Amino acid sequence: MGKENSTRQIWLVFWLLLIVTAIEVILGIIKPAFMVERRLIGVTLLNHTFIILTIVKAYYIVYSFMHLGSEKKNLKWSILLPVWVLIPYLLFILLTEAFYQHEMYY
Amino acid sequence: MDSKNKNIESDWGGGNRPMKASYGKLMMWFFLITDALTFSAFLGAYGYHRFTHFSDWPIADEVFTHFPFIHGHYPLFYVALMTFILIMSSVTMVLAVHAGHHMNKKGVIIWMFLTIVGGITFLGSQAWEWYHFIKGTEKGALLIPSGEHGQKRVAHYVGAHDSYHDDENHELKSLSQDQSLDLVQAEYLDGQAVPKDLLKKNDKGEFIYAEQIFGAPLTGEYAFRYNEYGHTTFSNFFYFITGFHGFHVFTGVLINIVIFINVLKGVYHRRGHYEMVEKVGLYWHFVDLVWVFVFTFFYLV
Repeated sequence: MGKENSTRQIWLVFWLLLIVTAIEVILGIIKPAFMVERRLIGVTLLNHTFIILTIVKAYYIVYSFMHLGSEKKNLKWSILLPVWVLIPYLLFILLTEAFYQHEMYY
Repeated sequence: MDSKNKNIESDWGGGNRPMKASYGKLMMWFFLITDALTFSAFLGAYGYHRFTHFSDWPIADEVFTHFPFIHGHYPLFYVALMTFILIMSSVTMVLAVHAGHHMNKKGVIIWMFLTIVGGITFLGSQAWEWYHFIKGTEKGALLIPSGEHGQKRVAHYVGAHDSYHDDENHELKSLSQDQSLDLVQAEYLDGQAVPKDLLKKNDKGEFIYAEQIFGAPLTGEYAFRYNEYGHTTFSNFFYFITGFHGFHVFTGVLINIVIFINVLKGVYHRRGHYEMVEKVGLYWHFVDLVWVFVFTFFYLV
């Protein structure tokens, strides 16, 4: 599998995942005021940060640990496309409706 | 047979791998896509309920505050430890796959063994987490009749005292029944004050109308209907999603053990490749991937 899956890269990804998790935990404990107060599309800046960091972690797990980075292009797309299209669509529908429901009944 | 038909046969007659992956690996990937969609539906449903009820949704920091052998308020530390255990077992799994590529049987054995140990440790940690979630805090909450069709509402103590400091004599005095009645206060989850007469106590100091409730009961009269944390959907989703993920970890450990036994017996060494380790590895990493999202949406956000 060549240099892409070398032991060195595995441990680099491990440290990256660990550091990102540590940053998430620290942010979750201190909850910086400016990140909690500012909101974008109804969600605090802190929560946006958490979601972005989670996607970063997910990217490295899939790309490196699951070796998707070294698969053929057509395999990559047939795995990623359904997930990228369906999940944001589902979340968009559910969360928009939830905002509406909250406004209607509370 | 002309050359055109020959081409068609070589393209579609089987035996080709247009994605350069074996049948088994491809099917594992497609299974994981469906599983990813299942989990995103669950987490999406969780998000839906959370946004719909966000005024009385519990704050995870105030629910998951325990850490083994230490008393006090330690939010996030325990779940961070669980995340670390799972990431670590993912690393050992990828090292097992790596050793498999080099036909290093001893390496596969060591790393797969550590992966299994990590998986079992994670399951144990989850059991501990569930135990404390079910048991609840020492204070618990109050269950108060709301007057509508025998329904009850959950309320928290606010400044409930059993003793007070006597400034004149500089001593701590315990309150008599009447005095403490005046000082017991509680508010509903939405912040409204609970009417005082609902908090009356009898001679033995027990509440007459209100009841005490601890944790999120799984059995008994109030199972799944009331819990001390807040909106019931929170605990129900917690049980369902972490339970479903835990079940994935459990099956992952079982499959890992099966493959591990085959590695020990030398099945894959004779076969000439360790692709089975790679396939079970994909599943194992996926379980880790799901936990990364569960961690974010249940504990952080």
